Amino acid sequence: MTEYTRYRTGDPVADTKAPDGPIAERWDRRRFEAKLVNPANRRKHTVIVVGTGLAGGSAGATLAEQGYRVVQFCYQDSPRRAHSIAAQGGINAAKNYRNDGDSIQRLFYDTVKGGDFRARESNVHRLAQVSVEIIDQCVAQGVPFAREYGGLLDTRSFGGVQVSRTFYARGQTGQQLLLGAYQALSRQIAAGTVEMHPRTEMLDLIVVDGRARGIVARDLVTGAVGTYFADAVVLASGGYGNVFHLSTNAKNSNATAVWRAHRRGAYFANPCFTQIHPTCIPRSGDHQSKLTLMSESLRNDGRIWVPKAKGDTRAPADIPEDERDYYLERIYPSFGNLVPRDIASRAAKNVCDEGRGVGPGGQGVYLDFADAIRRMGRAAVEAKYGNLFEMYERITAEDPYEVPMRIYPAIHYTMGGLWVDYDLQTTIPGLFAIGEANFSDHGANRLGASALMQGLADGYFVLPSTINDYLARHPHDEVPAGHPAVAEAVAEVTGRLERLLAVDGDRTPDSFHRELGELLWDECGMARSDAGLRKALGRIPELRAEFWRRVKVPGSGEELNQSLEKANRIVDYLELAELMCLDALHRTESCGGHFREESQTPDGEAARRDEEFAYAAAWEFTGTGTAPVLHKEDLRFEYVHPTQRSYA
Amino acid sequence: MKLTLRIWRQRDADSAGAMTTYEVDGISEDMSFLEMLDHLNEELILAGDEPVAFDHDCREGICGACGMVINGQAHGPERTTTCQLHMRHFRDGDVIDVEPWRAAAFPVVKDLVVDRSAFDRIIGAGGYVSVPTGAAPEAHATPVPKEAADLAFEHAECIGCGACVAACPNGSAMLFTSAKVVHLNVLPQGAPERESRVLGMVSAMDEQGFGGCTNTGECAVACPKGIPLSAIGTMNREYLRASVKRR
Repeated sequence: MTEYTRYRTGDPVADTKAPDGPIAERWDRRRFEAKLVNPANRRKHTVIVVGTGLAGGSAGATLAEQGYRVVQFCYQDSPRRAHSIAAQGGINAAKNYRNDGDSIQRLFYDTVKGGDFRARESNVHRLAQVSVEIIDQCVAQGVPFAREYGGLLDTRSFGGVQVSRTFYARGQTGQQLLLGAYQALSRQIAAGTVEMHPRTEMLDLIVVDGRARGIVARDLVTGAVGTYFADAVVLASGGYGNVFHLSTNAKNSNATAVWRAHRRGAYFANPCFTQIHPTCIPRSGDHQSKLTLMSESLRNDGRIWVPKAKGDTRAPADIPEDERDYYLERIYPSFGNLVPRDIASRAAKNVCDEGRGVGPGGQGVYLDFADAIRRMGRAAVEAKYGNLFEMYERITAEDPYEVPMRIYPAIHYTMGGLWVDYDLQTTIPGLFAIGEANFSDHGANRLGASALMQGLADGYFVLPSTINDYLARHPHDEVPAGHPAVAEAVAEVTGRLERLLAVDGDRTPDSFHRELGELLWDECGMARSDAGLRKALGRIPELRAEFWRRVKVPGSGEELNQSLEKANRIVDYLELAELMCLDALHRTESCGGHFREESQTPDGEAARRDEEFAYAAAWEFTGTGTAPVLHKEDLRFEYVHPTQRSYA
Repeated sequence: MKLTLRIWRQRDADSAGAMTTYEVDGISEDMSFLEMLDHLNEELILAGDEPVAFDHDCREGICGACGMVINGQAHGPERTTTCQLHMRHFRDGDVIDVEPWRAAAFPVVKDLVVDRSAFDRIIGAGGYVSVPTGAAPEAHATPVPKEAADLAFEHAECIGCGACVAACPNGSAMLFTSAKVVHLNVLPQGAPERESRVLGMVSAMDEQGFGGCTNTGECAVACPKGIPLSAIGTMNREYLRASVKRR
C-alpha cells in the first residue's frame, strides 16, 4: 500500500449548468438561459484554443465567425495535421435517411447504453440532437461524403447498433471532416480573426485569481517560451492514449495540456476509461513505434475467427470450416461481429489467452473476407474497403483478398479526460475542454463513429453557445504580464526543461516511455486486477525517480529539439499513469472499457455494480506522487434505465 | 540488415548543411523507414550525438507530416508516404541518401524538417466554402451526382505532404493547388465561389515563391495519394474561364 493509494473522498462535484425539465428541451433551455455577448463587444474578447483537430478546428473557426478574437495553437507544422485526420470509419447522425427506425431518442439510447451507463444523460441527448446539424454543416462545406447513384448520402452500420446511421467518406472520414474544419479555420486565419501559432506547444496554464487567463507555450522551432493571455482558454488537445506508448494515436499526440491544467486545479475524470480497439494490425517486433487501426467498418463484412484447436499453426486456408471458431457469432448471435468494441476486444484476448491466437506470438485473430468476396464480388469489396486493404498489405506484406487479415486489439481512444459541466467548462472557471480532451459523453465505452460526432458537436455547436455565458458574466480585464502567477508558471516551465537537459543520464526518453507503456498495457489494459494495479502503482514512482536520474536529452532548449519535446511529455505520462491505475483500482466494478477481473458474471462477462459506482470519478491533484482527492458526480438515469448490457 | 545512411544535417535555417554518413545495423525488414530512423536516433542519443530531426505524426500515411527525399525520390521508391515505406524494399548493405524536400518555397528548418506553411496560405486564399457554422441547409437539399462526389473525393484525398513540390524540377505547387480547386469546384456547394477560388489560390501560389508548371508530370508520380495530373489541366481551364468571366 503506497502513500498514493490512501486517497480521500472530498465533496461531491455537481454539474450546476445542466437544466432540469424534459430531456429533449434541456439544450434549448440552456441556450435561452445563457447570457449572450453583444456582437459589437465580441471582438474585445480573446479566446485561446489549444489544438486544431475536429473539436479545436471547428471551435476556432466558429468563434471567429461569431466575432471573437481567437488565438490558436498546434504542435504540428500545420493545423491540418491534427490526429482527427486518421479517423477512418465514419460519423454518426440521427438523420434516419434509411427509414430504419432511427431517431434522436435511439442515438441517445444507444450511446448511453454503449457507454455502459457511465455518461451523463443530458450531455448525451444534446449530442444526439446536434448530430443532424453536423452533417448539414459538413455537406455545405464540401465534405465529399459517400453518395448513392441518386445523389443522396450513403450510410452504413457500425458496432453496437442495429441501424444504419454512419456517414462516411470511403475509409477517410476523419480526414475529410478535418479538412472541412481546417478550411473554415483557414478562411478565418486569412481574414485575420484567428491568430494561428503552429509548431507551438502549450506547456502550462496561467490561472489568475482563480480564473484561466492564458497559457505558457513553447515555440518548437526557436525554443522560446512565451505567454499568451485571453478571457477564456479552450483545451481541444485530444486524448491521452499515448501514455501506453503503443497506441493508434499519432506519435506526438500527448497529454501535457490536460495534465498541466489538472495540476493547476482542473479535476480529471474517469482516467481509467480507455478504449481498446478490436481491429488493429498486430505488432511485428520490438521496433514497433505505433499501431495502425483497421476501421471497424470492416466488421460489417469481415468474419472474425480463430482455429478451434489450441496451437493450430496451419495456414488459414488449410483449416476447414468446421475447425474454425467464429467466436463472436457463436457467443453473441444477434450482434455477431458487430458487438461493441470493448466486448470484441476482450473476446479476442480470451481466445488468445486460451492459446488459439494466430500469427507471431499468437497475438492475433483472423478477420476474413472470403465470404464477403464470394457474396459481393471482389470489385464491391474493393470499392468499400480498398484503401484499408492496401494499407494492410503495405504494412504486413500480405494480401487480404487472398489471406485473412490478422488483427489484435490496441489502445485507441480515451473516454476519460478533464471533468466538465454541461457548458463544457472545467472546474477552473474560464477553462473549457472539448472533444476527446473532456470526459463527458461516452461514459465507460465509446461507440464507433461517435468520436467525430462529439468533436464536431462540441466545436461547431456546443462550446460556441455556452462560452458566451461565461464571457458575458466575466467582464474583461487586462492580465498584467508581471502578475506573480504568470512569472510562477513561466518559471515552472523553464525550470522543468532545464532540469531535463541537465540530467545527462544513460537512457533515452523513448526507453522510459516504452517501459511505462508495457507496464500499463499489462496491468491497466484490457483486464485489470487488484494485484496487478498495485504492482503498477508500486513500480510507477520508481520509474519516475529513475527517469529523473537517468534520462538523457541531447541538445539545448533554444532550438528545435524533438528529444526534449518527447521527454517533457513523458514527465506528464509518468504522473498520469499513476492516476489511471489508482482510478482503476478504486473502481472495483467492471464497466465498458474497464474490466476488473474480480467483477464478472459466471459466464465471464463484465459485471457492473450500479449501487456503488454509478458516478463519475473526478480527481483533484494534490502534488506529484501524493494521494489525490476523489470527488464524485452521481449519475442519475431518468430516461435510460441501467440494465446489464446484453448483445447476445 | 546493415545499411549506410547519408543524411542531410543542417543545424537551423541559417546554417549551411551537409550530408553525414551513418552506419546502422540490426534493421528488420518489417520496420518502417521512420522506425529505422528511430533506431538510428536511439543510438545517436546514447552516443552523445544529436538525433536527426524529421517531421512525422500519424505514421499511417494520412496526416502528411512526414516526407523526405530518399535516394533522389520524394518518399522513396514506393508510391506511398515515408512512414508507410517499409525496409523490406531495401537490401542488406544498401547505401541510402536521405534529404529534406528541396524547394524555394519550403525553407529547411532543421535537418529533414522543412517549413510548408506556404501551403496553408494557399488554402487561406480560397480553398474553402464560405459557410459559417449554423448557416447550412439540410444535407439532402442538394443531391450531388455520385460521379461529381467521387471526383471531388479523389481530389480531396491530398494530404498536403509536399512531395509534388519536392519532385517538381521547378518547385511548383500546381498539383497541390489544383487538387483543392477541383475538389471544391466540381461540387454544387463550391459553385458560388468557383471563380474567386481559383484566381485567389493561383495568385497566392505565385506569391509564395512556387515555380511554374512545365508539364513534367513528376508531381503526380510522386504523389502518395494518386492525385491525377489531369487536375492541373482542369485548374488551368477554371483559371482561364474565371479570368475571362471576371473581365
